[in-house]
Amino acid sequence: MVGAVREPSLCVLSFCERVSQKMESGTVYTKSWVLPSTVLTVGQVCRQLLEQVRRRGFEEQDIFAIHLALEEALTNAIHHGNHNDPEKTVSVECLITPEKFDISIADQGSGFDPETLPDPRCGENLYKTEGRGVLLIRAYMDVVEYNTMGNCLHLIKYRGKAVPHKI
Amino acid sequence: MDRSNANLSIEYIGGVTVVVPTDTKILEEEQIQSLEKTFMSLIEQNAGARLLIDFSHVQFLTSSVLGLLIRLSRRVSQAEGRLRLCSIAPKILEIFKITRLDKVFEIYKDRQQALEGL
Repeated sequence: MVGAVREPSLCVLSFCERVSQKMESGTVYTKSWVLPSTVLTVGQVCRQLLEQVRRRGFEEQDIFAIHLALEEALTNAIHHGNHNDPEKTVSVECLITPEKFDISIADQGSGFDPETLPDPRCGENLYKTEGRGVLLIRAYMDVVEYNTMGNCLHLIKYRGKAVPHKI
Repeated sequence: MDRSNANLSIEYIGGVTVVVPTDTKILEEEQIQSLEKTFMSLIEQNAGARLLIDFSHVQFLTSSVLGLLIRLSRRVSQAEGRLRLCSIAPKILEIFKITRLDKVFEIYKDRQQALEGL
């Protein structure tokens, strides 16, 4: 899956879901969403995807890792990427197989350079109230990739692969 | 159990205010705001408050909760109080360790150990 910036739809967004394409073939699940930048989006996406992960027999430690990464990544897209602007959307593409959970999350912000993120574990950063989301995502997911612009995040969690990783 | 609201129970043990979040998952903005409001009220009502947060029910939290704990810690310190955490599940404690917040907060294995000397 290649993360890409999605252009906003010209149509009015529904409250929960503008586009929903769901395909399920045996044990493979794919879904795409374009969602408004509200806190309700996070819960909605998490509930639906975690149910599919559970159905495919992922163990509790994988489910915990995926849940945490999803919460952090979606919150970052809405809060930092789209600045909580309900007119801006978050695009989600997800593929779940018995072997992996694979997701791309794109916002409509101007992006950022993840290499310049301050380390929240160092110095004064340790006492800041924000800035730990990406660290936790990197600790709990097996693949973490940003597109060049920094407004699309691609994550993979392989089933059964031990986490957290040492960062 | 002395007091409870929708997502917290509060007990008073030997001059220590023991706060027990009762939700197993703390992740929604509304939950976090509610917790913050209650905690700040407790701190403001009791200068020099000795506060213990018992995490025995909590099985999931996000980095927003860590941010809340830092704000609380700051406020407790300003009020010349003390804050300890206890009974954190291993997978949640792992999050504190990854973020190195296990070095910032006083974390105890259980309530009994946390109450000693508080």
